[in-house]
Amino acid sequence: MPRLLCVILALVCALLAAPARSAPADAGEALALIASGRFPDIEKGVDLLARSGNTHAQAIIEALRDGRLAVAADRRVLIQQDGGRWSDAATGDALAEAPAAPKTVRINNRIRRAVEAAVGALTLMAPDAEARRQAAEAVFRSRDAAALSALDEAIAREEVPYIKRLMGEARAAILLGDAGASDLQKLEAIDILAARADQDALALLRAATQGSPVVSAAAEAAVASVEQRLALLSMLQNVWYGLSLGSVLLLAAIGLAITFGVMGIINMAHGEMVMIGAYTTFVIQEFVRSHAPGLFDWTLPVAIPMAFLVAALVGAAIERGIIRHLYGRPLETLLATWGVSLILQQAVRSIFGPTNREVGAPSYMAGSFDLGGLAITYGRLWIVLFSLAVFAALMVALKATSFGLRIRAVTQNRRMAASMGIRTPWVDTMAFALGSGIAGMAGVALSQIDNVSPNLGQSYIVDSFMVVVFGGVGNLWGTLVSALTLGIANKFLEPFAGAVLGKILLLVFLILFIQKRPRGLFALKGRAVEA
Amino acid sequence: MTRRPLILALLDGKGAVFLGVLASLAVLVPVSNLLLPEASPLHVPTYAVSLLGKYLSYALLALALDLVWGYCGILSLGHGAFFALGGYAMGMYLMRQIGPRGVYGHPVLPDFMVFLNWQELPWYWHGFDMFPFAALMVLAVPGLLAFVFGWFAFRSRVTGVYLSIITQAMTFALMLAFFRNDMGLGGNNGLTDFKDILGFPVQAQATRVALFVATVTALALGYLVARYMVTSTYGKVLVAIRDAESRARFLGYRVEHYKLVAFTVSAMMAGVAGALYVPQVGIINPSEFSPANSIEAVVWVAVGGRGTLVGAALGAVVVNTAKSWLTGALPELWLFALGALFIIVTLYLPKGIVGTLAEWRDKRRATVSAKPAEVAAGAAE
Amino acid sequence: MTNAALTNTVLYLDGVSVTFDGFRALNKLSLAIAPGEMRAIIGPNGAGKTTMMDIITGKTRPDEGEVFFGGMIDLTMLDEAEIATLGIGRKFQKPTVFESHTVADNIRLALAGERSPFSALFGARNRIPEERIDAVLSTVRLTEHRERLAADLSHGQKQWLEIGMLLAQDPKLLLVDEPVAGMTDAETAETAHLLKAIAREHSVIVVEHDMAFVRELGCKVTVLHEGSVLAEGSIDAVSANERVIEVYLGR
Repeated sequence: MPRLLCVILALVCALLAAPARSAPADAGEALALIASGRFPDIEKGVDLLARSGNTHAQAIIEALRDGRLAVAADRRVLIQQDGGRWSDAATGDALAEAPAAPKTVRINNRIRRAVEAAVGALTLMAPDAEARRQAAEAVFRSRDAAALSALDEAIAREEVPYIKRLMGEARAAILLGDAGASDLQKLEAIDILAARADQDALALLRAATQGSPVVSAAAEAAVASVEQRLALLSMLQNVWYGLSLGSVLLLAAIGLAITFGVMGIINMAHGEMVMIGAYTTFVIQEFVRSHAPGLFDWTLPVAIPMAFLVAALVGAAIERGIIRHLYGRPLETLLATWGVSLILQQAVRSIFGPTNREVGAPSYMAGSFDLGGLAITYGRLWIVLFSLAVFAALMVALKATSFGLRIRAVTQNRRMAASMGIRTPWVDTMAFALGSGIAGMAGVALSQIDNVSPNLGQSYIVDSFMVVVFGGVGNLWGTLVSALTLGIANKFLEPFAGAVLGKILLLVFLILFIQKRPRGLFALKGRAVEA
Repeated sequence: MTRRPLILALLDGKGAVFLGVLASLAVLVPVSNLLLPEASPLHVPTYAVSLLGKYLSYALLALALDLVWGYCGILSLGHGAFFALGGYAMGMYLMRQIGPRGVYGHPVLPDFMVFLNWQELPWYWHGFDMFPFAALMVLAVPGLLAFVFGWFAFRSRVTGVYLSIITQAMTFALMLAFFRNDMGLGGNNGLTDFKDILGFPVQAQATRVALFVATVTALALGYLVARYMVTSTYGKVLVAIRDAESRARFLGYRVEHYKLVAFTVSAMMAGVAGALYVPQVGIINPSEFSPANSIEAVVWVAVGGRGTLVGAALGAVVVNTAKSWLTGALPELWLFALGALFIIVTLYLPKGIVGTLAEWRDKRRATVSAKPAEVAAGAAE
Repeated sequence: MTNAALTNTVLYLDGVSVTFDGFRALNKLSLAIAPGEMRAIIGPNGAGKTTMMDIITGKTRPDEGEVFFGGMIDLTMLDEAEIATLGIGRKFQKPTVFESHTVADNIRLALAGERSPFSALFGARNRIPEERIDAVLSTVRLTEHRERLAADLSHGQKQWLEIGMLLAQDPKLLLVDEPVAGMTDAETAETAHLLKAIAREHSVIVVEHDMAFVRELGCKVTVLHEGSVLAEGSIDAVSANERVIEVYLGR
């Protein structure tokens, strides 16, 4: 009943607000027009019906939209209901038997717009807030002047602020394109659309710059302000993408920074530690899938420590078996670890096959939300938070534990640390295991955004080196700043230069940068470095 | 140090053997391929001639790398870039020789440009229809890149692993760049379908044998150039820089100039190697820039013995023969074997094959005749 | 110091300061060395002795202050190689020689003369008379080790070889950092003798901990402390100086 009341009230209002517009006709005439089969008449019919206040108007128009409206041989208009039963459009009564050869009413794009507008107008006052919101947006898109009257009424009654705002914007959109609207109304509309400030508003405002001098001046100013806001927004979006890329780089590079800082060696197999972490995630997921599918969401929390352990053990084995014997020969270490990386890649290829393996995303990693115009996916958000958490945990571990103290001591002055009674070989093994373990955790994160294949590590290793070189050795803050800077710079260069050229530019920049600051942004200075 | 004629100063025992082997290859392989009947057990089939030619061009690359790594301590992980640039210069010449015989039959533009709707030849393709110009570019492009890169890097005293990493970044950046179609160098597919070189069909048996002989000659010349450099005082300064860079600096040597000369000459040699490689393999594409290729070249040098020149060339041939055999027989095993090779050589054979053999020989000589002067002289070699 | 006095020095430092990450390694250090003078510099660890040498040889740039060589050449504008060719030789604390070269080749590379890559490839560097090498080797008493690899020398012999390389450079000023560290008493005495002989023709700055050795050198002594000059004078005078005693022995 309240709905009927609404429609009637709307109708009255429409009458009062727009006396110049055509008077409401009854559903019969509208249905006759729709049954005619000629597109202009159908459009007129939809228009009439929308304003008729008829109880069945919405059902009829929705049926028309969905292709369920048909004309029987006796020119009665029928609606096909769910399950193939039919009802009379004018009365809503169900038919006892299926009509003979009903002819579906066809519509074209023009009518589809009129239909959308009509549905919009009809649902503007629906009790369900979500339905009203959708209706307001539908009207905004269609900008059908026919909906104006219903819109005015809906605005007056609306209590939810943001829906009211949406309706106001829809109204502004209509008025701005309506030749009949006064300059005053248009100026008001421009203000409202300027406040909305998205691509749709921008398109409407651009169109309005053709109007009268007053309106076009206001529209131009509004266009400028909206463009500015949009530019800001796209910049923020780029910053976010950059942060997200940077946090991945941080995860991949931070372990490298530790081993490079403590032992002065470059571990070319570091990328393979990342790969091992990703495959650990894959194995855990496969196990859970086949044994306890209900626990799927728990695979990542389990995979993180497991990947750390597996990669750390492999790292410790590499350090004990190979790197230890190459102490003081950093270039040879580089070559030997490259050999290790080849072996690990081929081993994984032999075990798991050369193709990409699929690692699934748990429910909390899927989907996205909107933050003031920014689209933020949960997956990326978790990865950013995870890498910052890993960084924070590492900082705490280095600052507050005795193991961290030893690592820092060896980083700064190996000989002195050794003579103070620190077992530097043990610290080396632990530092290498730690760096590898963090790479393994990076693999868990990467399994969520990249293909898990034997080449996974190789695609990140050059970037990780760049992060370490840019950030400088011996200071993890440098690694953080460097990873985020490089991530953001990469995303900012992409729109101008394209992804590949952007990356090339960044590499060239880094090659030049290292000439200026051979030891990175946050390098230790003074005589300690020379030792 | 008594003054000897130049050629004797250049040739120690190893060098004489090496040049002797090259000379006999240059004579025997063509004779066997062209004159012996195919049924003869001593006949070298044409494909094997090109394969050996490919190995020898790798040997020249290894020689170039040894000059900077073995003697100056610059571990370049980007020498594949110089090799590939030389290869591209040669590839561009070969593309221009195709003329109107391409699939699309355009009189000037190579097929891939027609395919991409290019209207005219980009400026940097001009001149490559002339062999002397292309030959000059084979030297000039890698040389110039090495000069500019080295100028910045050595002046700023970037050394050790940092230098290795930025050379790797250099070749990685070039690989990304050459993958782009906009570069006008064939993008992903690179340059291929060559027809003629200097008017002779590339695929013909006689041309292939001639290319082989050219490669052997280039390797011999490269060896003599490198050998001259390392036996002159210049080479002593290089080794001095490798062992104690700051000492050399405080003695008044401009370390960066010395490094720059070695790096640039080495890059030019690598460019020549690439230019000889391309017509024998029939294709050059951006994957030649991949960092993995450059590192593989380093292991050739390590296996043969760095700082020995001959060893580098030997290592390239040995490792690549093993690679051809293994990738054919047991493809799964090749990467395991290569990886193990990296580890074993660095752990147990740091002097490589040639260096280790020389050590044994010196030890034996020391036990046979206990004259200390001779030991010192032997170790100094 | 007047201009005339400035031009009368081989080395002149005035108000030199340098800071590493907040640590003041040199603090307004001033020093003047006359031509032909031998000077010993002593001071506790961290007094700035090595940093001072780094400044003079162009390895480190001062934050402020002046460094002049021969009265008019501003050393702060030059790099190591340029300063070395001007005629300043430096011996490191840890003996640094070219270990894979023979003793003779070490001297050959050090001998004064053209040092460009071109001359080393094709030019005069390849035509160094053996007599020049022999002359230096006999001065540092390494003639019988001529063809041995530098790596095979004893610690003391390496020190002498390095001093020999410095002599071969024929510098106007020699900076010698702890030349007798790790030497036997006999070697120490010989080194003192050697340095005194060298000082007859060159200006020499010796940085040393070994007070007996400094006494043996018998030259003017400068005491550094916390990056500036604490005392200057004969060894007996500075040994008696109360502030020096305080610094060395603690309060």
